[in-house]
Amino acid sequence: MHKYASPKFFYSLAGQLIPWIAALTAVLLLAGLYLGLFVAPADYQQGESYRIMFIHVPAAWMSMFIYMLMAGAGAVALVWNIKLAEIFANSCAPIGASFTFLALATGSLWGKPMWGTWWAWDARLTSELILFFLYIGYMALQASIDDPRRAARAAAILALVGVVNIPVIHFSVEWWNTLHQPASVSKIGTPSIHPSMLAPLLLMAFAFTIYFVVVALLRMRNEILERERHTTWVADMLESTKP
Amino acid sequence: MLEAVDLECVRGDRPLFSHLSFSLEPGELLHVTGANGSGKTTLLRTLCGLTRAHAGEVRWHGTAIHKLGDDFHAQLAYVGHGNGIQGDLTPAENLSVAVSLSGSADIAQIGKTLERLGLAAYHHFPAKILSQGQKRRLALARLVAEHKPLWILDEPLSGLDVDSASLMTTILMEHLAQGGLIIITSHQDINVETKTTLHIRIN
Amino acid sequence: MPKLLKAIARLFWRDLTVAMRRSTDILTPLVFFVIVVSLFPLGLGPEPVVLRTIAPGVIWVAALLATMLSLNRLFANDYADGTLEQMALAPYPLALLVLTKIAAHWALTGLPLVLISPLLAVQMHLPETAIATLALSLLLGTPILSLLGAVGAALTLGLRGGGVLVSLLVLPLYTPILIFGAGSVAGVIAGIDTEAHFSLLGAFLALALTLLPWATAAALRVSLD
Repeated sequence: MHKYASPKFFYSLAGQLIPWIAALTAVLLLAGLYLGLFVAPADYQQGESYRIMFIHVPAAWMSMFIYMLMAGAGAVALVWNIKLAEIFANSCAPIGASFTFLALATGSLWGKPMWGTWWAWDARLTSELILFFLYIGYMALQASIDDPRRAARAAAILALVGVVNIPVIHFSVEWWNTLHQPASVSKIGTPSIHPSMLAPLLLMAFAFTIYFVVVALLRMRNEILERERHTTWVADMLESTKP
Repeated sequence: MLEAVDLECVRGDRPLFSHLSFSLEPGELLHVTGANGSGKTTLLRTLCGLTRAHAGEVRWHGTAIHKLGDDFHAQLAYVGHGNGIQGDLTPAENLSVAVSLSGSADIAQIGKTLERLGLAAYHHFPAKILSQGQKRRLALARLVAEHKPLWILDEPLSGLDVDSASLMTTILMEHLAQGGLIIITSHQDINVETKTTLHIRIN
Repeated sequence: MPKLLKAIARLFWRDLTVAMRRSTDILTPLVFFVIVVSLFPLGLGPEPVVLRTIAPGVIWVAALLATMLSLNRLFANDYADGTLEQMALAPYPLALLVLTKIAAHWALTGLPLVLISPLLAVQMHLPETAIATLALSLLLGTPILSLLGAVGAALTLGLRGGGVLVSLLVLPLYTPILIFGAGSVAGVIAGIDTEAHFSLLGAFLALALTLLPWATAAALRVSLD
């Protein structure tokens, strides 16, 4: 166990895995996009514009999922003091924030044909917006602490407080939305799902997950190099790769 | 008995010291010296448990201090760079808060302690009118009032005049004579006559 | 155990005494609260119907901001002068000492907001039935604001730009309290039953009281490291 958690071992393992997973990501993304954009039938109510769902919905899922992973990794780092978990939690934040941003942008694009406005205070969009703020706060806290280990521990505490709060925020926004929702605006959301739509949706979700793994591994390798730059193994490796 | 076992401390990603081991018995004083920035304060804070050691551990009577937790804190008095004085409270109020926080509720001692450290005249004034040296004395008054066996003191003599410094030395010697343990950093020489004085110099 | 209680009482007394001797500290957030709310009629016009509609949200948002402003005072002084180290090294659970400080902070900032809120309610033309609801919702909500804010204050201790950073960390977490707090007042105005709002605010308060002092204590230990 300890061997796998050592940054040095992880660095080379990740280096070997990345090309394969990256190739898998490309295949899955292309397949998902093809099925979603060309094969799946048009929605009888929303026409072609619903297809943005194949990006929006998996992105929204990923944004929540990554925050939970980040908080989980933070807890592991706090309790067992495992460096690799800290590094993983750190690399999650920007990716999660990007997915949240993607969900917000696509939600806004989807809103235009649906509601005739770029922004509606729809429950899911509002939750995503607050989640986006949470990610920003996490990254801002981390960036303002110089010592990387202290930064990781502080950020982990924030993520844990956030992760307990997310269901509460989600629930309260839903509640608020049902109270204030004008009847004329229909709820954004997955139209009644036909299997020909479900398949590309799940495929896209899977592709996004694998994509997240690739980017997380890349970011982790970067951070390992930065944190371990004073160690001998990094020096040896740099020496051997010199032309 | 306080032991450090194979301690290693880092600041940021810069190692300060490593493989530092010592053990301190009752009645002994450990004088830590070293240049500015060499890690004296970090060592002291690590021995208190405020800063986590990068490697190794600190033991009190054979048990790691992070396992002892509050039981270790009950034995420890720490005076750091900050005096822990609230300027809007009087010296007596400051001392009584510090003493009750430290768990040794000997509030009756407070008047006597202030008198011994030459602060009795300021009994009813807010602590913010005290001079630097007087504030330092007030911070050190905690040690006298609290009766803890282990004292960890970071530059306790800074800002003290000659008389106060020699009073402090007397207090340190009394503590050692009663079987206390002292760990101290100081730029001045400490003229404490005891059975044993350990020196650590950090480079 | 009596020693622990004595230490807690002493710490509570200390925070209150220090604040009383430096009374501008208590007044600043309170005056801020009043000024912010008073600005809205100036910006929107004194139409009672308009003011009544926006009042619950405006008063609650102003309460969030006033609490935010006062967070800096919670630990910063003790951190700078070394008292916080002494608390961390006290032979008592740090979370309990932290809870004591938060309680003192609430008594000095949250409670005054609750007490002055009826005045603002009148100013904003809230119906009489809503005035008690407003005060009650603030009474349940402001302790949660102090508890959540304490985590943010502890995490940003000693950091550059700590004041702005703390708002970034804490304000998104405040949303549920804003929703249910302001929602309860708006509900009373609209004639909706608000029991659920208060049950939920109470549940949040219970949850915050049990979890957040520990999180704050952990954050303080990280900041002291």
